[in-house]
Amino acid sequence: MSALLSVAEVHIAYGKVEAVRGVSLEVGTNEIVTIIGANGAGKTTLLNAVMGILPLQGRTVFASEDMATLDIEDRVAAGLSLVPEHRELFATMNVEDNLQLGAFRIPKATAANSFERVYSLFPRLKERRKQLAGTLSGGEQQMLAMGRALMGAPKLLMLDEPSLGLAPIIVADIFRTIGELRAAGVSVLLVEQNAQAALQIADRAYVMELGEFVLSGAARDIASNQRVAASYLGFQHEGGSAV
Amino acid sequence: MTQRLPLIVFALVMALIPLVPGIPPFWIVLLDNIGLAALVAMGLVLLTGVGGLTSFGQAAFCGFGAYTTAVLTTAYGVSPWLTLPLSLLVSGIAAVLLGIVTVRLSGHYLPLGTIAWGIGLFYLFSKLEFLGRNDGISGIPPLAIGSYKMLSPGAIYCAIWIAVLISALLTMNLLDSRTGRAIRALRRGHIAAEAFGVHTPRAKLLVFIYAAVLAGLSGWLYAHFQRAANPTPFGPQAGIEYLFIAVVGGAGYVWGAVLGAGIVVILKEVLQSYLPYIFGGQSQLETIVFGILLVMLLQLAPSGVWPWLMAWLPLKAARKRPDTSLTLPARERAPTTSAALLQLDRARKQFGGVTAVNDVSFDVKAREIVALIGPNGAGKSTTFNLITGVLTATGGKIAVLGKDVEDAPPQEVVKLGVARTFQHVKLVPDMTVLENVAIGAHLRGHSGAVASMFRLDRADEAKLLAEAARQIERVGLTDQIDQLAGSLSLGQQRIVEIARALCVDPMLLLLDEPAAGLRHMEKQRLAALLRQLRDGGMSVLLVEHDMGFVMDLADRIVVLDFGTKIAEGTPDAIKKNPEVIKAYLGAAA
Amino acid sequence: MNTTILLFLLQDGITNGAIYALLGLALVLVFAVTRVILIPQGEFVTYGALSYAMLATGQVPGTAKLAVAMGLVAFGLDLFSARKSLHSRLVARAVAVDIVFPLAVCLLTYALAGPKTPIAVNIALALLIVAAIGLFLYRIAFQPIAHTSVLVLLIASVGCHLALQGLGLVFFGAEGLRGPALSSVALTAGSLRFTGQSLAVYGLAIAFIVALWLFFGYSLTGKALRATAVNRLGARLVGIRTTLSGQIAFLLASLIGAISGILIVPITTLYYDTGFLIGLKGFIAAIIGGLVSYPLTAVAAILVGVVEAFSSFYASNFKEVIVFTLILPVLVLRSLAAPAVEEEKD
Repeated sequence: MSALLSVAEVHIAYGKVEAVRGVSLEVGTNEIVTIIGANGAGKTTLLNAVMGILPLQGRTVFASEDMATLDIEDRVAAGLSLVPEHRELFATMNVEDNLQLGAFRIPKATAANSFERVYSLFPRLKERRKQLAGTLSGGEQQMLAMGRALMGAPKLLMLDEPSLGLAPIIVADIFRTIGELRAAGVSVLLVEQNAQAALQIADRAYVMELGEFVLSGAARDIASNQRVAASYLGFQHEGGSAV
Repeated sequence: MTQRLPLIVFALVMALIPLVPGIPPFWIVLLDNIGLAALVAMGLVLLTGVGGLTSFGQAAFCGFGAYTTAVLTTAYGVSPWLTLPLSLLVSGIAAVLLGIVTVRLSGHYLPLGTIAWGIGLFYLFSKLEFLGRNDGISGIPPLAIGSYKMLSPGAIYCAIWIAVLISALLTMNLLDSRTGRAIRALRRGHIAAEAFGVHTPRAKLLVFIYAAVLAGLSGWLYAHFQRAANPTPFGPQAGIEYLFIAVVGGAGYVWGAVLGAGIVVILKEVLQSYLPYIFGGQSQLETIVFGILLVMLLQLAPSGVWPWLMAWLPLKAARKRPDTSLTLPARERAPTTSAALLQLDRARKQFGGVTAVNDVSFDVKAREIVALIGPNGAGKSTTFNLITGVLTATGGKIAVLGKDVEDAPPQEVVKLGVARTFQHVKLVPDMTVLENVAIGAHLRGHSGAVASMFRLDRADEAKLLAEAARQIERVGLTDQIDQLAGSLSLGQQRIVEIARALCVDPMLLLLDEPAAGLRHMEKQRLAALLRQLRDGGMSVLLVEHDMGFVMDLADRIVVLDFGTKIAEGTPDAIKKNPEVIKAYLGAAA
Repeated sequence: MNTTILLFLLQDGITNGAIYALLGLALVLVFAVTRVILIPQGEFVTYGALSYAMLATGQVPGTAKLAVAMGLVAFGLDLFSARKSLHSRLVARAVAVDIVFPLAVCLLTYALAGPKTPIAVNIALALLIVAAIGLFLYRIAFQPIAHTSVLVLLIASVGCHLALQGLGLVFFGAEGLRGPALSSVALTAGSLRFTGQSLAVYGLAIAFIVALWLFFGYSLTGKALRATAVNRLGARLVGIRTTLSGQIAFLLASLIGAISGILIVPITTLYYDTGFLIGLKGFIAAIIGGLVSYPLTAVAAILVGVVEAFSSFYASNFKEVIVFTLILPVLVLRSLAAPAVEEEKD
């Protein structure tokens, strides 16, 4: 079976500085893949380039279609969706409008189903559907950002640091939902600094350092790797885990 | 010296141009016009490009300069040289009056406000009897030195370009100073600058007046160059054109003003004189082509021609490392007492009907690290803003070293030794790490704008930069000291903010999510630094979500939920507190 | 002062104010979606008004040819920017929008123009021409720099104003023009006389305000335009083409401008450069409305119109001084009311 998303030998540069150097990655259907690594390793850059926000050199194929000539809007239409690090919600519009716009590219009839699905994943959003997005708490905003992305019925959802700045109890909630997406037929590419939580739900993982993948494999193997444990997971203090 | 060399070369070239045999006098007229426009644009570079205050009204200030000398020399027979200070004074006073209203405007209101008074003043100039209404005032005497009258364009050329060169030098000196850093920080919002003692309305008014005085100088020269003054060159169209010049040249660059003036003035002249030949006398054609060319130019180089040009030149100024042996006097620290350094007593903040901080009380003692934790929206950052004076409390008491600060502005709170970092990093991305950190030492320097312009601030400046360099070394970013802050990773930028806060020589350090974006080993290094600071006598209050980091580091923890304090205690006690587990930590912890 | 004068001045002020309101709305719309402060709005007014006036005399205005020329440039830009991925669908769209549409409008104008053409046809033609110009103006001048700062967009906007105003002189000459009234009905109430024209002004102004409110509040396209205004990247990430939003905003703005022009040209003589000052007054209203609020902009526009009418009666010399300094106190109040902390949240 061919991969849903396949990225081969990708280079991304800001001016003269190469932020991503020769990276290859695959995400299969119904798979959760995570990229872990420190801030500045190039994870966000890679996601943004795959989405078409940044230009890249190399080959990216999504759902058997070469994406080189597609812009962001075309990629959305093809079933690729990104929840960016800063969420980029429509702050002065209410929850319902945000979600409705998430379904901008799909037929009206399908959008009704999407609403139901998103509200059942995030019941909290239904309670708040008339509230302005900008007045939601951080956790709710993350849910709304994910919900908005899911409204377009994507085949692959890319999540950039969904746990950033959230309370541990909310983080657990968010990760539980990410796990549920697989059952709903959505593949996930997850960029995360909270390596421990990410490795728990992922099938496979890539470790990124200074713009390159230094390690990849089954999430279970990566989690037990000595080097990863030392630099990303930290040796656990009693009761003080990151999640 | 590296900065001076191009200036000297440029001055020499400009001095030699009139001496070139056979140069058409018409070229000299063009250069005069370029110089006059460059003066106004230079003010706009400081005001708009650097300070972020867009003004369409600069032409009106030229009008104040020109009409002042026009009225005084023609109606009262005052000597032109005597009217120079008066012209500058009138422009300056007009700027103070308009500025007091204008600089308070925020966002887009400011440029729009300047359009409004720019047009209003234009109509005022053209309706007032003593300014000659639409006809203006003619018969203004030329500038003269002894019996030598500057009648020809070549004669006034020297006066104009000396003015341009001196203004450029003073402007660059100003930008490269304590005041300059405060001005450069304005564009990124006022909150960060004010947290380090910069009086932002005053800094804005200062650039506003500076730009107006430069425009007044240009107007004064213009009046004696044209020997007449009428409202047209001081109207809204001219105001827009000056802004063009600044933007086309490169709005953030002093030399961009001169380059932009050259491009726009020459372009207009060429179009006016040659287009009629090509297209057979169609009037207004030059406006059409000028407009189209302008739009095209902006599409090719949206940030202006000067930076675009500089990118092609392999010129790179070598930066001098500050001499770190110079020191600033340290803050007097009271001997260790058990009294609280920071005391919140039923602090309360309401936004409309929402209570963001609900009667919260806690304290931070000397040599103590206290962590403030809680879900998003629990009121942690609002609490920080109440302590640092960004927000005014709706009720309750907040005291630093026994002094009430709940109504004090940020500039006063920082004087007491409270320094902070921000959840959303607030650095000036196009300033170097060193310059950003030096803003932290703002209150520990004393040189003003005028001293900086004439380079009388160097001893003071060297000490400030030395302090900044020392703090950068302390947080371990010496390798990045000359990089632009915007080029650093978010995690490093947070560390730069800590260095900036340390430059205050604080008693109490407020850190808003300092560990976000750091990897495990970097977090441990940060924790070690904070412990070292505590052992050196500093107190730390921090907001952080990484529980491993917090539980390890903090002496005490305060937990907020929905604006209310639900728990306070040692890390061990907090970990076991059922209410905290339910509201925040969850079962996983 | 007697009541007749008072009422007359009020009526005059409200009529002008309604026009300023329309222009103010268009400015708010364009700014919200594209961040462009639309200085050439005044040119849309004069182009609409004078194209209509010329059509009424049976001549074809030069603006029809301008629309074709701008379409050609837009076509070139469309092809160039899509050079790496030229689908046939994309090319077909470019041909249809950039070539066929303006060419059809231009040919239609040549075919229909004549001394006997009905007023309604002339109005429709004038509107089509200006709408095309508005659409292509965004494509040519603003779309390539859509990501830059408000200041750069503003300067480009001024450049467009200069070019269009210069072209206006070429097309319409330095002489002023007046157009025929839309209707000759008139009714009197007490000492006041309402012409069909002024009633049309009120009616259209109200209709537009309501229509815009409905459009932005309830239609998906309207919401998408708002979303673009609130967060460009966010809008792109849900698949809204921001370039299309910008084009729609400019299309609407140019239509509104042209309608305003057609409404006033029977009342006052318009010159090629009159639009700038009219646009600026709509601008004042938009500023008072804070560039965000439609109802506030409409109220402010009426206020500007009334103040203008009264000051031209009592201090005609200082009319403009008064109108333009009117907004300073408003601006101060507005920015004092604005929150001090913008993005500081937990």
